Amino acid sequence: MRNFDYAVASRVEDAVVADGANTMPIAGGTELLNWFRLGIAAADRVIDIGRIDGLSSIETEADRLTVGALATLNEIGEHRSVREHALALSQACLAAASPQVRNRATLGGNVLQKTRCAYFRAEAPLPWGCNKRVPGSGCAARDGLNERHAIFGWTDACVATQPSDPVVALAALDATVEIHGRDGRRTLPVADLHLTQEEAASEGLDAACSETRLRPGDIIVAYHVPIRRGLRSAYIKVRERASYEYALVSAAVAVTLDGGRISQIVIMLGSVAQKPWRLTAAEQKLVGQAPTRDVVLACLGESLKEARPLAHNGYKIAMAAGAAARAIATAVGDVR
Amino acid sequence: MHVSPADGKAPHRVQFRINGRQISAELEARVTLLDFLRDRLHLTGTKKGCNEGACGTCTVLVDGKRMNSCLTLAVQCAGRDITTIEGVALSGDLHPVQEAFISHDAFQCGYCTPGQVVSAIACIAEGHATDANSVREWMSGNICRCSAYPQITAAVLDAAQKMGG
Amino acid sequence: MSIGQPTVRIEGRSKVTGSALYAADRYPDGVLHAAIVGSPVAAGRISAIDTTRGRAIPGVLRILTHADMPRLGAIKMPAAITHMPLQTDEIQWEGQAIALVVAETIEAAEEAVPLVKATIASAPALVPGKGRLEAAPEGGPFMAKGTTGDPARSFAAAARRIEQTYLQPTRNHNPMETSACVAHWQGDELTLWDSTQFSLNPVEVMSMAFGIPKEKVRIIAPHTGGGFGSKGFVWPHEVLAAQVARMMSRPVRLHLTRSQMYSMVGHQPECRQTVTLGATSDGQLTAMRHDAINTTSIADTHFEAPATATRTYYASPAIDITQQIERVNLVQPTPMRAPIEGPGGWALESAMDELAIELGIDPLDLRLRNFADKEPFDGKPWSSNRLREAYAEAAEVFGWRRRHEMSKQDGIWTLGRGMSMASTFCARFPSAARVRVQRDGTVVVEGSSNDIGTGNQTAIVLTAAEALGIDPELVSFRWGDTNFPPAGPVYGSSHTMGMGSATRRAALDARRKLAAHGAPMEGPLDLVALMQKADVDEITGVGKFDFPDGARASFNGSGTAYAMQTWGANFVEIGVDRDLGVLRLRRVVARYSAGRIVNPLTARSQMIGGIIWEWGKATIEASIVEPRHCRFLAKNLSNVAVPVNADIPHDAIDVGFVDEFDPHASDIGAKGIGELGATGIAAAIANAVYDAIGIRVREVPILPQHILQGLGARIPSG
Repeated sequence: MRNFDYAVASRVEDAVVADGANTMPIAGGTELLNWFRLGIAAADRVIDIGRIDGLSSIETEADRLTVGALATLNEIGEHRSVREHALALSQACLAAASPQVRNRATLGGNVLQKTRCAYFRAEAPLPWGCNKRVPGSGCAARDGLNERHAIFGWTDACVATQPSDPVVALAALDATVEIHGRDGRRTLPVADLHLTQEEAASEGLDAACSETRLRPGDIIVAYHVPIRRGLRSAYIKVRERASYEYALVSAAVAVTLDGGRISQIVIMLGSVAQKPWRLTAAEQKLVGQAPTRDVVLACLGESLKEARPLAHNGYKIAMAAGAAARAIATAVGDVR
Repeated sequence: MHVSPADGKAPHRVQFRINGRQISAELEARVTLLDFLRDRLHLTGTKKGCNEGACGTCTVLVDGKRMNSCLTLAVQCAGRDITTIEGVALSGDLHPVQEAFISHDAFQCGYCTPGQVVSAIACIAEGHATDANSVREWMSGNICRCSAYPQITAAVLDAAQKMGG
Repeated sequence: MSIGQPTVRIEGRSKVTGSALYAADRYPDGVLHAAIVGSPVAAGRISAIDTTRGRAIPGVLRILTHADMPRLGAIKMPAAITHMPLQTDEIQWEGQAIALVVAETIEAAEEAVPLVKATIASAPALVPGKGRLEAAPEGGPFMAKGTTGDPARSFAAAARRIEQTYLQPTRNHNPMETSACVAHWQGDELTLWDSTQFSLNPVEVMSMAFGIPKEKVRIIAPHTGGGFGSKGFVWPHEVLAAQVARMMSRPVRLHLTRSQMYSMVGHQPECRQTVTLGATSDGQLTAMRHDAINTTSIADTHFEAPATATRTYYASPAIDITQQIERVNLVQPTPMRAPIEGPGGWALESAMDELAIELGIDPLDLRLRNFADKEPFDGKPWSSNRLREAYAEAAEVFGWRRRHEMSKQDGIWTLGRGMSMASTFCARFPSAARVRVQRDGTVVVEGSSNDIGTGNQTAIVLTAAEALGIDPELVSFRWGDTNFPPAGPVYGSSHTMGMGSATRRAALDARRKLAAHGAPMEGPLDLVALMQKADVDEITGVGKFDFPDGARASFNGSGTAYAMQTWGANFVEIGVDRDLGVLRLRRVVARYSAGRIVNPLTARSQMIGGIIWEWGKATIEASIVEPRHCRFLAKNLSNVAVPVNADIPHDAIDVGFVDEFDPHASDIGAKGIGELGATGIAAAIANAVYDAIGIRVREVPILPQHILQGLGARIPSG
């Protein structure tokens, strides 16, 4: 990689100069260094935000859990309060990457990781079209080897997925993300942080390159997870080897039961779109029902029939059904 | 700090403790901890396997926590305590993990072994060596292509028990 | 400690402390760093290479292209690739080296690489499946084409017949150490610290390439970080490093990136195999046919020979083998653990299971019924074969005959059981050793042996100790340097036979010299007393294991009255998660007939390693070729998976050996085991999947999507 300037930020305010192109923030560095090595990014200046005080704590209040953006995935995954009030988040954090990566990867950085699409992740110079890497060059995955790509929200410009595990759990738990920007602080639902390609296109943005609602200079500082009595949650990650691998498909579920019937439920799928994908229609069907296997699968079908598979990833529909059903069963305690 | 005329990116003067010794160096920001340890200090026990954080052969301890040194800039480690495989058994006796690896035949070619040992020491300290399933999961960040996995797991469990971990 | 007793590795301390030195751990004074620029296309001609921007990077000294490189002498095997990069403007595979950056630091070299711009007139590339088919080459150790009996008639006479096609994709070795070398010329003498499985191979190739006598080439390679075949032959980067070191008059290190392990060294090629089996209704094979195709590069021929399995596996009166190669624009393939019967066993042991099911016969009984008590093609007796005992013991321990009483479900896991035969070729190569008895009663054994983790050093120490009748603690071994006597390769499961025999002969030679001072030729020796009597500093014995008429190798007993092969019995239990499609390995029982086991501790580890390799092949691994660009889609470890610890049960792989001594394969009764464990297991797994869910998968890896598709899983309707 090219050399760059390096400075350590002591306050968040110092970090907003990072424009995400010539000046990039670095925390754990578990993504950024690979971006530099592959030619995905090339900054002149790197600002280390990893030493900013006050951004790594995990605090519990009566009605919410606050996780600092610099908390590492291991810290979050093993935290007693997270396990108690946001089990899916704990499980998602601990299902990510490897123990070594999790000691450095932060929750702030993890949700901003880029797609694992193999066409995107090739070393520069790219021999094929990739609208994320070279705007306007095309999308080699669209009609290529797209086994691991999106079944929702894609356009012909890009069929990539967002691979983060924690973001799926955060979305299912109705978490919000607190952002410090050049204009001050604001908060967004985590479920709205990312954009699918379709959403970007419908807002007149570059479908391939517009991945989040962050603006230049924005730094994620914290996540807030509501604490709800009686809420049960679970995260299921499907992959061909048992650890240290990205998901083929994942599912996060947050559910409350009343007398054995579902009173509230949120189902989010991961690695099927460029954002956590909510199964709203399935949720609506499930409310008021006892979550038996047949009922659950039938209700999931209501959402999954909207899937738009590519040539090679139709299996993700059945896999998503299996993952979501497993997550529900795990959350309500029916799986040993 | 002076500006190097060659490319305008000022080199950084960094201090750390490596295996208990104070080390001071002048480095470009882009130098990874891995390349610094190997190419500059010739501490070649830590290995380069993939240079993308996907294999764990470059595992070192930074302030006692295991991480991939290929994914860490040396300058980010300023002021930190770094332990490499060379620092695991400074007195000349082997660490219980090292002894267990030998007795359980937990290595073959030996290339992933420094990373496995350092990772195992941390795994035990973290409290993740309580049972075989936990060891298998928490040691999965170290790939062994010689596939000594069952022996590695046995070694970590044995060492943990001997260490009271 | 003695032969047959579990003995910890003598080099263990150096490995667990990180003091064992691998090629890239060498930093001679003044060393430069080289980095390779690879071709972005799979076929074509370079018309120009612009190195201006790369050369401007501070610290970069030179960027070399084919325009700069001196002509090399013609190279051939043991160089894997004759189309040497940077010798012509022709590109034959994506990633082929087209330029070499030489710099003072690795950062500078790597920064320059993407700045080197080649202008290439691309040509259409041949992709796997659409390459140029040719008959497999004849005259090598593995049968390209052959027939015994009358297959046509025997198939016609069969009561039942199955014919199926089995596929396996290209897979990469991905040893943990990426290939590396450091080249240093002193005058006209070359020292190469190299990552290799056989130091004599780079000696030979450097001699060819630079036109220098072999005595002027020294290879220092005490530790190689895994090979599995990828470091057996000599690859272009080794020659390039030596070339550049000579041109720069400074030592040069070249450490391949992980990505370059897909383009600068070989892989196990894609294999497409069709197996046809005919049998009587009670399971006697009447005829076997095995057709196989493997891909190879444009300029060089790698013949994987999977159908050779059908030559040796079963007693069939009629056998027909045809094999082909398909030329494609990828880097040259090379043997990979396990070669030949690895792919061949995947197909044949799946087919045998399908035949057993078709006939309603227990798959184990089908194997037993067709047990080959001599070599099926030429009728030679086996040098040793206790496969039947292996089947019996493994089946008993596994509970094979009671499997129908076992539970079919464990929580979310649907269970299945399958079996197969393991079997692989027996390769033997010449080796030489020196045994130096010291005045103080200790012994030093010397040989150029390489170390990829097989435990050969410990086996050699045990062998010398046994031959001399002394405690192995008194014996040390110096290896990994071609200044020592020339040992054979560490590939083909051959080293223990060759170097073990050479070591024994050298020890006996020393013993004969000690006889002059009263040493008996058998039984324990008191070396301290004997050396005191001899009153010399050292008595040296030399020993050579080689073949009549100077043959370079003996495969499967060639040149002897015997056929040589090794065998095993594999029994596996797997779990299928029907909702997610995921497979998990639950337990394995394997017993092997593989000659005398010198060190049970390291032998056990070898077999477990082989089994895990087959798990990877069966369920995880594939190096997918992007067909529109004729290159590997992903060239790393993040998008290409190999097994991790969590995939493997820690206490449920039970391996063992039946007691055996083969007096024909080697002086010490041993045969080879390194690859045997990696044969047949993939088929046993597919057979177990069939047992679990009634789906026959004929293509590996068996991924979750294949299970879900096979189960006909579809979107549930509301």
